Amino acid sequence: MSDVVEKTLTALPSLLSLDSQPGSAKLSSTSKLGSLIRGITELTSKHEEEKLIQRELLSIKEQVASPNTTMRQMKELMVRTIYCEMLGYEASFSYIHAIKLAQQGSVLEKRVGYLAVSLFLNESHELLLLLVNTVLKDLQSTNLIEVCMALTVVSQMFPKDMIPAILPLVEEKLNHPKEIIRRKAVLALYKFYLIAPNQVQHIHNKFRKALCDKDPGVMTASLHIYLQMIQENPEGYKDLTGSFVTILKQVVGGKLPMDFNYHSVPAPWLQIQLLRILSLLGKNDPSTSEIMYEVLDESLRRAGMNHNITYAILYECVKCIYTIHPKSDLLEKAAKCIGNFVLSPKINLKYLGLKALTYVVQQDPKLALQHQMTIIECLDHPDLIIKRETLELLFRITNAQNVTVIVEKMLEFLRISKDDHNTIDLVGKVAELAEKYAPDNEWFIETMNTVFSIGGDVMQPDIPNSFLKLLSEGFDSVEEDRKLRLFAVNSYISLLQGEPGKLPQRFLQVISWVLGEYSYLKEDLESAAVLRLLAKLLDMKNSSSETKSWVFMAMTKLCEGTAGVSVAQEVSETYSSSMDTVLRQRAQELEHLSQDSELCAKVLPRGGDREHVEVDSSLSFLDGFVSEALAAGAAPYKPPHQRQEELAQAKVLSLEPYSLSLPISMSSCSITDRQSPTLLSMSSGLSGDSTDLSHKGGSTTLKLDGVKRVWGREGYLSQKEPVEESAQVEVPSPVRSPNQQEEGDSSHSQTPTVTPTLGCEQEKQQLASSLFLGLSTQSPVCLMGKSEPAPQRFRRKAKSLNTSEQISNSLISSPSAVDNLLCNNLLDSSITSEPDLSPPERTTELTTANGTCNTETALTDSGMKGSNPALNRDNSVDATDPPSHEDMDRPKNVCLMSHLPAELCGLAHSEITPLCTNQSLSLSACHVQKEDSLVLVVFINNCSDSDIQQTRIQVDSEDLEVSCVGDSPVEELRSLSVAVCQYSLTVKRPLVNVEVVGMISYQLPVVTTQELQFSYKLPLSSFIRPLMVSTEEYGTMWLAFSNDTKQNLTLISDEQEPLAATLNVLRKKLQLHIVEIIGMEGIVACSLLQDQPCLMHCRVHAGTLAVWLRSPTPDLPDCLIYHCQRALQCH
Amino acid sequence: MIKAILIFNNHGKPRLSKFYEHYTEDTEQQIIRETFHLVSKRDENVCNFLEGGMLIGGSDYKLIYRHYATLYFVFCVDSSESELGILDLIQVFVETLDKCFENVCELDLIFHVDKVHNILAEMVMGGMVLETNMNEIITQVDAQNKMEKAEAGIAGAPARAVSAVKNMNLPEMPRNINIGDISIKVPNLPSFK
Repeated sequence: MSDVVEKTLTALPSLLSLDSQPGSAKLSSTSKLGSLIRGITELTSKHEEEKLIQRELLSIKEQVASPNTTMRQMKELMVRTIYCEMLGYEASFSYIHAIKLAQQGSVLEKRVGYLAVSLFLNESHELLLLLVNTVLKDLQSTNLIEVCMALTVVSQMFPKDMIPAILPLVEEKLNHPKEIIRRKAVLALYKFYLIAPNQVQHIHNKFRKALCDKDPGVMTASLHIYLQMIQENPEGYKDLTGSFVTILKQVVGGKLPMDFNYHSVPAPWLQIQLLRILSLLGKNDPSTSEIMYEVLDESLRRAGMNHNITYAILYECVKCIYTIHPKSDLLEKAAKCIGNFVLSPKINLKYLGLKALTYVVQQDPKLALQHQMTIIECLDHPDLIIKRETLELLFRITNAQNVTVIVEKMLEFLRISKDDHNTIDLVGKVAELAEKYAPDNEWFIETMNTVFSIGGDVMQPDIPNSFLKLLSEGFDSVEEDRKLRLFAVNSYISLLQGEPGKLPQRFLQVISWVLGEYSYLKEDLESAAVLRLLAKLLDMKNSSSETKSWVFMAMTKLCEGTAGVSVAQEVSETYSSSMDTVLRQRAQELEHLSQDSELCAKVLPRGGDREHVEVDSSLSFLDGFVSEALAAGAAPYKPPHQRQEELAQAKVLSLEPYSLSLPISMSSCSITDRQSPTLLSMSSGLSGDSTDLSHKGGSTTLKLDGVKRVWGREGYLSQKEPVEESAQVEVPSPVRSPNQQEEGDSSHSQTPTVTPTLGCEQEKQQLASSLFLGLSTQSPVCLMGKSEPAPQRFRRKAKSLNTSEQISNSLISSPSAVDNLLCNNLLDSSITSEPDLSPPERTTELTTANGTCNTETALTDSGMKGSNPALNRDNSVDATDPPSHEDMDRPKNVCLMSHLPAELCGLAHSEITPLCTNQSLSLSACHVQKEDSLVLVVFINNCSDSDIQQTRIQVDSEDLEVSCVGDSPVEELRSLSVAVCQYSLTVKRPLVNVEVVGMISYQLPVVTTQELQFSYKLPLSSFIRPLMVSTEEYGTMWLAFSNDTKQNLTLISDEQEPLAATLNVLRKKLQLHIVEIIGMEGIVACSLLQDQPCLMHCRVHAGTLAVWLRSPTPDLPDCLIYHCQRALQCH
Repeated sequence: MIKAILIFNNHGKPRLSKFYEHYTEDTEQQIIRETFHLVSKRDENVCNFLEGGMLIGGSDYKLIYRHYATLYFVFCVDSSESELGILDLIQVFVETLDKCFENVCELDLIFHVDKVHNILAEMVMGGMVLETNMNEIITQVDAQNKMEKAEAGIAGAPARAVSAVKNMNLPEMPRNINIGDISIKVPNLPSFK
């Protein structure tokens, strides 16, 4: 009862106000909005408007805050606030009131409240949480309109975290009797799918049910979801193709109620949606495409009416036909359709026609030929958008023959276009074409000059970078290089003599770099003259400090001779007191280097010498300095992850105890010298290989894209087979019959014969023939891909690095061709076929995060046809015991064992592994661990009846140093006897598994020389020896080592002392020396032969063993942790 | 997906702005200004599509617009929408406004921002096209308008009671769906067999 009284009382003021002016409340508030708007329209300046709105907002603020304001008045206030917000004035005070209105108002007021909320707030706004309850309530309401409003606001924005709260309610609505509710629920769920796909995983079946809903509207809504999901994963929905085709058939066939017609076209938007879905499903899938040919044909046929919307359907049809697996008669019809679009006088259709042509031209370049005159007309179209689209089309058909004309057209457009977006895009395209198809040096340099001056400072930074790279790396011919560089120098000198002030900064940077590097090529030019030109750039007001530093670098390279030095001195004097530290440093460099020409020649060797410089990324040359500093009491350096860890520990909130460590192996880093001042200024050049430089621009951050992740949280990440690049080569459309091609040709040859009546016609014809040059003569294959082989002028030199890699690849993989070798030593050859495993090469590609054990499977996969069970065996059972083999070999092994040299008997040795066999010879090997070395013993068994002469055996390895022990290899081998060779092995660079390859050549009495190849693989752990150090020594060593890795290992937890048990396993299997165990921490030391120590710090943490390894040798920690993992796994 | 729907007049004064993706207040205003700048420059006899507004999302995005007397209607969409389809959707929107306001003019949009938004909400929901049939949209809007009139009559009555009444009066949306005709078969769905 008291409730009612209270409500009445609170309602009283509003009732009173209503009563006092019955019916006029609405009017007055409308007029308030009216007067506001009138006020605004009367104003003349932006400033006045601002003042007026602020005043308005102030009064709104007062009113909404007042307790006497009714919901009804609040609604009017909200509308006014919406208006102010639309004009761009923030009214954040009203947000909470909007939510309140949505919460408490009657349906109408609620609607305004929801509207205001959806306009004011966004998904991440904190106030939105207050709305969740309201939405929940309204979703359960019996009033359909309230439910609709709630669904609408949910699909506009809803906090991601709160989705589970309302998800069941929205799902429920999928079964609502009213179709409008079902439809909105479907769209709301789609929105959920977009923002949090994993939360709606379980209702995929319900989506299917929505697709089969009896109401076409609900079905249409569900297509949004399917379009998205099929886009993400076309394979998963192939089974629905039939359904979509059936639906489209019924729609096209007019089976839908008349209601769905739009200008007597049945449900056009639905058709468009379905066609898009079909094109996604049929892409590269002949069998799925087969299902849809018929309905596509019918769609084309039915969409004959001349209305905008039928063209929309036609366009989608055409795109679909060209996307799915091609069918010739459909393609023909689609081509005709495109023709209609292109030739249409309606500008919108022309635009779409050009778009379609651009899309299609990759498959069917002849189509562009048919419409060449129209395309020429479009080039001169007053509408820039049409022009732009035409250029896009031309870009796709560019080849070596028409490149000059097309680039000229593009530059023409660039000169009139003011739009940044267009400029960036087109400039990139021009640069790409120029680099690919340039007919000669002059043209190339001049075109690039235009590109730089137009593109200016908005263009992509990789354009100047790749241009400079092109110049510096050169091409196949030295003479060509010289000419191109000389031409560039000439052209830049004349530019600088003109008005350099007008050139963009980027261009000036390019100019100064080129002059610095290559102006010596111009013999009649004194370096002092160039220096003076460059110095002029420094004095210009608008030169940025980045440009100035490029100029300084160029000057440093150039200063020689007394005249030059005096210019340099003058400049460096001015700038050595510059406020800009970078400039000051450059000035200092210039000053010193100009005085000391010898040093200068050393630091900046002239021309050509572009060898990759090895960078010592571990900064080992600083070790002395560091230890001195440490001795003097400096705090030891802690890498970021250690600092983070300590920080996290301090806060006791470490949810992720070991975040990703930085596993990039740095040993292969190299930097091309003298690339650019920005790069040189990078602190001691952390960097990838030189290919990265082109993308670098001015950034000095470590670029990790494209760097393979080898070590992840889970441990060693297995390698994925590199995707065959050849798969990406475009395949020409197979349906093009020779007939069609002929047609295309003849139509082309006919066009010019049409006698032009007007002069301008003639001009166009000429333009056409130059634009479409090469299109008719070449095979479509060449046109399609940009992969034209022959006419590409500026072909980059193959990187020496790559070639060497290739050579080594071929060298290593050759043994794998020998069949018996495959059987004998499967594991080895699978390693050879995958050189990627070695750390330095690992840095090139990303791998998926897989567990350790996958390495094994990767090996198997990459492996050999004759799959051998031996491969699946655990190869890490015992470090001293690598590949164990077939039982049938065993008896032989036993007898071979007797041939083991006496001095090696009694030492730990691996089982004897067969290497290779043929009818006369069989080779086996094992390795023996001596305290200070590892000995490889090769047994050569002559199993034939005849003696073997002139036996020569060679053993070599990329990763190891191999030296022969004892007497020289056997010359002669008697029948059925065994000879033994010994090799001492030392590790050159740590790898997970190292390998030796070898070859034996021999002569049988009757036959001529024969050869046999073999390889033998050893785990790195065979080279590990305990390192006896005390805890104190360990402490000092720890600080001195720079390469480290962190990883969590599994702890052997079934023992009483898990840490000790785990470390014992490691000690036994890997021969590590346990220095000390203190509580939950343990320190372990070992060394890799010869004298490469590695320290390990273990700590029990959250049920795992957190391991931190340090070593002065790069890659050693990574490799060692791999073996630790294996050892523990197999325990 | 539709990213934004903007209506402004020949002088660039916004009349309606609805963003389906979150931008900051400043960016929104900048988008409106830039869009107006781009669109107003264009002649009458050029195409209705514009590409590559930098602000709203780069090359994947398109502005599709129509110009009616004093107003520009601009839809900003991504590549998943059909250009001509959206162009006709604008037409449907304008025709619907015309029906709802009886000869719609700029003033209607100014004074009934909320109603225009409600009409729009029946067409486009969260960036997705919900309904393209003008009659259907009008039916929905009318249902709400009727309720508004009814509410004016029972002003002051407790909201819950009002909504109960409303529920009774809610018109059946006459859709005339002939289910027999469009038997959508979904043959290969094991889960529904």
